[in-house]
Amino acid sequence: MIKIERPGTGDVSRGMPPFWHDEPHLEGSGLFLHLNTNKKSVTVDLRSEAGRQVVLDLVRDADIVVESFPPGALASWGLDYATLAALNPRLVMTSISNFGQTGPYRDYKMTEITLYALGSTMQVTGMPDRPPLKLGLTVENVYAGMVSATATMGAFMGATVSGEGQYVDMALMEIQAANQDRAVQGHMIYQYVGGPTGGWTRSGGGSQGRNILPVGVYPCADGYVQFFTLQPLWDRVCKMIDREDLIDDPHFRAPENFTNNAEVKAEFDAILLEWLLQHTKREVMEKSQSCGYMCGAINTMEDVFDDPHLAARGFFAEVDHPHVGKLRYPGAQFKMSETPWRAGRAPLLGEHTREVLSGVLGYSEAQIAALREQGAV
Amino acid sequence: MPKLPLEGIRVIDMTVVWAGPFGGALLGDLGAEVIKIDSTQRMDPNSRGQNFTIEQLRENGGDPSPDAKPYNLSANFNSVGRNKKSVTMDLLRPEGREVFYRLAANSDVFIENNAPDVVHRLGISYEVLKQHNPGLIMASLPAFGTVGPYSHFRAYGANMEAVVGHTLLRLYPDTDATNATGVFLADAAGGATGAFAVMAALYHRRKTGRGQFIDLSQAENVMHTLSQAVMDYSMNGRVQTSYGNRNPYRAPQGVYRCAGEDSWLALSVGSDEEFRGLCGVIGQPLLADDPRFAGFEARQQHHDELDAIIEAWTVDKDHYEAFHTLQAAGVPASPVLNAREVFADPHLRARDDWQQVTHPEAGTYWHLRSPLYHMSKTPLYIRRHAALLGEDNEYVYKQVCGFTDEEYQWFVDNGHAGMDVVVPNQQPAKR
Repeated sequence: MIKIERPGTGDVSRGMPPFWHDEPHLEGSGLFLHLNTNKKSVTVDLRSEAGRQVVLDLVRDADIVVESFPPGALASWGLDYATLAALNPRLVMTSISNFGQTGPYRDYKMTEITLYALGSTMQVTGMPDRPPLKLGLTVENVYAGMVSATATMGAFMGATVSGEGQYVDMALMEIQAANQDRAVQGHMIYQYVGGPTGGWTRSGGGSQGRNILPVGVYPCADGYVQFFTLQPLWDRVCKMIDREDLIDDPHFRAPENFTNNAEVKAEFDAILLEWLLQHTKREVMEKSQSCGYMCGAINTMEDVFDDPHLAARGFFAEVDHPHVGKLRYPGAQFKMSETPWRAGRAPLLGEHTREVLSGVLGYSEAQIAALREQGAV
Repeated sequence: MPKLPLEGIRVIDMTVVWAGPFGGALLGDLGAEVIKIDSTQRMDPNSRGQNFTIEQLRENGGDPSPDAKPYNLSANFNSVGRNKKSVTMDLLRPEGREVFYRLAANSDVFIENNAPDVVHRLGISYEVLKQHNPGLIMASLPAFGTVGPYSHFRAYGANMEAVVGHTLLRLYPDTDATNATGVFLADAAGGATGAFAVMAALYHRRKTGRGQFIDLSQAENVMHTLSQAVMDYSMNGRVQTSYGNRNPYRAPQGVYRCAGEDSWLALSVGSDEEFRGLCGVIGQPLLADDPRFAGFEARQQHHDELDAIIEAWTVDKDHYEAFHTLQAAGVPASPVLNAREVFADPHLRARDDWQQVTHPEAGTYWHLRSPLYHMSKTPLYIRRHAALLGEDNEYVYKQVCGFTDEEYQWFVDNGHAGMDVVVPNQQPAKR
C-alpha cells in the first residue's frame, strides 16, 4: 500500500483530532495512525507535471488505485481512469466520493451527519419526541471504506482472471441507502406493506418488547446492559434472574398479560430491575448468555480495553511508532488460519519517498534530487 | 458481455439474520454462484423472517401468488437473497450431512454466521470439511469470534456494539443509555468485511492451491469504525462521551425540524465561509459578523442560540428544498430521508440504482441494486430473484453433487429435498 500524500501537509486526516497527548502534530493524529497502518508514504505534488509523471510511473506496475478526491479533481490533473488505464489495462481504479461521479447531487458537500441522514436509518434512530439521532463519531464513513474495499477486491479478482481492469464508482449515499442496518430491508418492507419508514420507528431504548421479555437497554449495578430477543424465551429470563418459580406462573404466562400489556410488563420489569441492580453489567451479560438469552454489557472504552474476551483473543495489537511510541491499536478485522495478519504502523509523512522512487521506479539519485528541488516530491 | 469478477466461484451460504446474508449477497453481486442452505424440517425465522402475508401485500397493492408461502414472503431474504439459489437438506440426519459434504467437495467457499457450536453439532466444522475439500475456504462470522470466553455468546448487532463501546457514543447528551435505540451497524460491517476476507483467501488459494479458515468476530470488526474514541483512549487515557448530533470540531451542527410530519434537515458547518453561506441563506447575513458567532469556538459556545435561529428558518421549509438551497450556498446539508423518500430520491434514480425484479411468489417489486453496482465493465445487475425455499434442489443435488435421478427421488421422498416446510411459522411479522 503506497499512500500518495501532499508534500508538507500530507493527508488532511493528519490534522484531525484526537492527537497524542493532545498536541496537534502531523505524526500524532489517532485517526490517521489507526486508518493508515501497514502503508508506505510517498509525497507527490499531483498538481505539478513532474509529480504527475511520478504517479503515472507508479501506475504502470500497480494493481489498484483508490482515490477519494471530489469528482473531477483527478481528471483536472490529467490522472483520470482513461489516462491511467491506457498505461496499464489491468488496473482497477476505485473512486470513493460522496454522491458518485454522476447524478444531480454529484458536487454537493457531505459530512458524517448528512451522510447518515441520507440512508433512511437515521430517521428511525433516536427517541420518538426528539429529532432523529446520528451514530457515534464517523462510523458510517469507516463503514463506507469497508464496502469500498470489498468492491475493489472484487474488481481486482476479476482483473486477475480476465487481464482487464475496470473503474469502480463508489458513492457514500448509495452505500448508506443499501446499508444492511435496517435500510435495505426497510426498502423492501416499505414496498411490501407501505408505511413511510419501512417498518422501524424511533422507539428510544428500554422496554421495547411487545411482550414482557426484556428487549433494549436496562440499568444494572454499575451501568447498563442491552438485551435482545425475537423469540418468547420466558424460561431463560426467569433462570437468569434466579426466579425459576416464575416459569410456570399463571399470572405472567396468561397470553393477555404476557403480550401487549404495559401494566404487567412494568410489574415484571420491577422484578427484573431488582435483580439487575444487584449485578454488574459483566455479571448480567455472562449470566444472561449462560442462560441462552442475548445480552451485551454497555461498555465504556476503558471497559473495552479491559475486556477479558478481547484479551484472551489477543485482539489489541501493540505497535511502536517513532513519534507516539508504543500504543495499543485495534487488531485484525478477521483472522486467517494460513495467512495471519501482521501489525504494522502508519508511515511518517514521506517516509518512503526515496525507497519507492529508487527501489520501485528505479529513479537515479540525481533524478530524485531534481524532483525534490522542484517540490514535486 | 465480459465475465463477472467472481464468475465460476461457488459459495455455500448457511447464514442467518443480517451479517452473514449480506456477506453472501455481496459475493453473489460479484458473480459468484451462491447457494443458500435451507431446511424443510423447520422454519428458520432468523433467515427467512420479517415475513408478511399474502393479505398484507395485497392491501398495499401487491400481486402475490395466491399460494405464496410465508417463508417466501420474507422482506429480509427477498432483498439480501438477491442472486442466491436455495437447496434444502436435513443436516440433523446423516443422509443430509452427506449431501452437504458432496456440496462442500464441489464448492469454493462456505460462509456462515451461526453460533460457533452449530457447525460442530452438525458435523460440518472446518476440520471435517477440509477432509472433503482441502481447497475449501470457510468463513465463520459469529458475534464474538470462534474462540475466546464470549465465543458461545449469542448476540445481535445492538449487543455487539454495546460491548465494544459504540452505544455510549451515540446518545442524546442529556439522556442516559436507557434511551439508546438498537442499531445494527455490526451486521453491515461484518458482512462487507466477510466478503472481503473470502476474496483475500480466494486470491491466496489461487497462488498456493490451499484453502483456509477465517474467524471473523463481528464485534471486533465493527470496533474499527470507532477509530477516534479507541485511539483517544489508547493515546490519552480519555473516555469519550456522546456529542449527540453535535460535533466537537464543527459548529453549528444538528438536525432541525422542517415543514410536514416528522420531517427534518441535517446540517453541519465546518468553516467561517460555510457559516457565511448559511447566514445568507436564512436571510440573516449580519449574523456572520456577530461576535457571538465569530469563529468556531464562539459558535460552539452559543450553539443553543444558533439552533433556535436555524430552526426558525427551517420550520416552515420543505426539507428537500432547504437541502438544495443550502448546498447551492456551499453548506453541507441533507434531508433526513425515510424509506419512502429514499425510494423516490432523484439522485438514486438518475444513477439507475433501482431494478425491477419479479419474484415467483411475492410478485414484482423494485430492488435497490448492490452498493457495488457501478463497475464500468461489469455493472452488477440483479441477475435473479431471491430463490424460493428449495427452488434449486434438483440442480444442486444432481448437477452439483452428482446424485442420480433415483437417489434424488429418495431425498425428495424422505423430507430432505422439498419446497414446503413441515411446520411453517404462521405468525406474520408485525409492522
